[in-house]
Amino acid sequence: MVLTVTRLSVTRRRRPVLHGVSLALNPGEFVGLIGPNGAGKSSLMEAALGLIPFTGISTLAAMPADRRARHAAYLPQSREIAWPVSVADLVALGRIPWPGGGRSGIDRIATDAAIARMGLEPFRKRTALRLSGGEQNRALIARALAQDTPLLIADEPIAGLDPAQQLACLRLFRELAGEGRTVLASIHDLGLAARFCSRLVLLSNGHVLADGPPEAVLRDDLLRRAFNITVRRVDTPDGPAILPV
Amino acid sequence: MRGCVRRSDAILAAAVLIAAALPAGAAPQRVVSMNLCSDQLAMMLAAPEQLVSVSSLAQDPRLSPMADQAAAYKANTGRAEEIYLMRPDLVIAGTYTPPATVAMLRRLGIRVETPPPAEDFDAIRADITRMGDWLGQPQAARDLLARFDADLAAARRPGGRGRAALYEANGFTSGPDTLAGSILEAAGYANIAADHGISATTTLPLELLVMSDPDRLITGAKWPGQSQGEAILDHPALAAFPGRAQVTDLNWTCGTPFVTRAIRSLE
Amino acid sequence: MRGLFPALLLLVAALFLASLLTGPAGLPAMDALRALALGGDGPLPIVMREIRLPRAILGVAVGAGLGLTGAALQGYLRNPLAEPGLIGISGMAALGAVIAIQTGLSLVAALALPLAALVGAAAGVAMLVALAGPRGGSVTLILAGVAISALAGAGTALVLNLSPNPYAASEIVFWLMGSLADKSMLHVWLALPPMLLGAALILTTRHALDALTLGEAAAQTLGMAGPSLRWRLIAGTALIVGPATAVAGAIGFVGLVVPHVLRPWVGARPSALLPASALGGAALLLASDIAVRLIVPDRDLKLGVLTAIVGAPLFLHLIWKTRSGGRV
Repeated sequence: MVLTVTRLSVTRRRRPVLHGVSLALNPGEFVGLIGPNGAGKSSLMEAALGLIPFTGISTLAAMPADRRARHAAYLPQSREIAWPVSVADLVALGRIPWPGGGRSGIDRIATDAAIARMGLEPFRKRTALRLSGGEQNRALIARALAQDTPLLIADEPIAGLDPAQQLACLRLFRELAGEGRTVLASIHDLGLAARFCSRLVLLSNGHVLADGPPEAVLRDDLLRRAFNITVRRVDTPDGPAILPV
Repeated sequence: MRGCVRRSDAILAAAVLIAAALPAGAAPQRVVSMNLCSDQLAMMLAAPEQLVSVSSLAQDPRLSPMADQAAAYKANTGRAEEIYLMRPDLVIAGTYTPPATVAMLRRLGIRVETPPPAEDFDAIRADITRMGDWLGQPQAARDLLARFDADLAAARRPGGRGRAALYEANGFTSGPDTLAGSILEAAGYANIAADHGISATTTLPLELLVMSDPDRLITGAKWPGQSQGEAILDHPALAAFPGRAQVTDLNWTCGTPFVTRAIRSLE
Repeated sequence: MRGLFPALLLLVAALFLASLLTGPAGLPAMDALRALALGGDGPLPIVMREIRLPRAILGVAVGAGLGLTGAALQGYLRNPLAEPGLIGISGMAALGAVIAIQTGLSLVAALALPLAALVGAAAGVAMLVALAGPRGGSVTLILAGVAISALAGAGTALVLNLSPNPYAASEIVFWLMGSLADKSMLHVWLALPPMLLGAALILTTRHALDALTLGEAAAQTLGMAGPSLRWRLIAGTALIVGPATAVAGAIGFVGLVVPHVLRPWVGARPSALLPASALGGAALLLASDIAVRLIVPDRDLKLGVLTAIVGAPLFLHLIWKTRSGGRV
């Protein structure tokens, strides 16, 4: 198990947002976290990482901070870059938890590999703040890759990206899962989630409504209960397309 | 209109001057003094009951050589209201009295004199005579002047006793054109302030003072409480004048006959 | 970028020497340095060792401390407007120092002066971090700073006005504007040890400040930005700004100008900006202190006047950029 969450509950401002959520992630899985706004997707990720107070058990939050940092990388929803650092320096921040702190030979190799994988070589010396939104997103993902962790947790990683960038991002996550890593990402686009994720977790009102392979989770009755919508499925050669109607 | 006002001011000033020159018969009956230096001269020269009030500073033993005598008078804190209520016919303020206070008292029809501080012995002599005239006590003034002249002549020392420096809070020094400078000169010392082109009271950087290497260092007295301005007097660089340092006292403050005591303190 | 640190070191060394050789007495340079190194009789060694040397050392220490804390606060709050002077930390330190002096505590034990200033500075940083922590925006930060500065300034004025000493009230200017004039080696020994301790504490936060570039949550998942970071930063800032203000008054804008100027030279990395800003701060304060002695040699022009003339326009420029939504 890469991450086990047991009976996790979170209360924010006296309002319960998660009730007894249990979840276990295995190596090689790309898990899509779906659910309506306010279902508790972000809270689940933040609590699992130990960023917010919760009751229950999270194996990740139980780790000491330095070990946790070498076990899970986190891409928050707000893609924040506070200072005009270069792309190379930004990516190297992912090496902070490792012994070299970003400056050793191994750190440089890991940083270069992450930059290469995200196709950022032409931007290496560019100031990260001057890049376009999509390029910044790639640089931040490269930072998470440089952290070289078995688990990557990403909060709405494709929000605000153009279709090409969305596809590239999800393909990368699927590749990472293929390499034996685990990815947990919250996604709003049900069609893309169905196509790329190996497993979906549907959250509604702080409960896990369904957990399993995409076709088992994206059932009409479950979607109606969670989102209050009906969907139309169109099978295409590239996979199923799901249209909310 | 403006011209008229000016002229009426001039007439008023002339009237005041004439009044000042009137014989003793027209002497003011209720005099209030509101600055430390005129307090002392007034107490020395006024007839009994003539002086109504002195400034509260005059009763402060840290500031006033006549604190004991001053205790017999009503103290004022220099506010127009309290002074007006004393119904004075002459108020002796000073050039440093807030102009608003002086203007207010004058508007209320009270005669206000503002003598400047005396910076040398001739000015002290003139002050004594003038105070005697204001109070209508010219004979007392003549007697005081004679005693002062005799005291001064006895206290004076010829020059050539060495070089001395005056140093006060915030790094101020006093040159030859000041009362403290005059005291230093009368005691026979050369004032190092003159070496730096200082004639009045102004700041002298600490390192210039140290480089001047004076034979005697006379520093200002410390006040209760603490201040950064006085901290300079404790600077380790001044500790290099052991046995040469001395502190000024209340006799240095005002241009009154007490300056002869200050001169003697430098013996 | 590689040559930045040697260049800054050289600049600080040159300005330190210039500071030693600047003064109203116009001493011959070689004689002055000989007297400084070898001592001897007469007033020259006293001037060099007791007056000019402590002034130059404090110029380096106070400037470096203000530059370092400015860079650290900016990194922590992720806001280029954070600066110990502007946001009231120096003001609170001055209040602490004034209370120690006027209650006579500093007479009982000399260490009470830097300690009280330290407590004041710590209260200032703690208030600021509580009001405008890492999630507060620029507006919150500046408003919190205005409130803390006003409170500290009023407190300082009140304490000085209540003093029985006639000189105390006029010293508000010193506490608001700062000066290195006529400081002695005693001030150096009082201020330097806590400042060095604070600098060591702040340097331990450098990786965490780097990680905070990605935001608080990401920094936390990098194993940084735990609660200990906040305490190290508050304590480090207080240990530096407190004693520095106790001996030199509140000198503003150094911690604003220096990190801003040097940020492009270190690739904007907060960890590299810390030592660079320390050196830059030392250079700026030494240069300002030389300038105040050259501009009006016979008067104690306050240091803060000069740093404000340089810093205030930059501050306005930064606010303008923040207002129009641009990043700095």
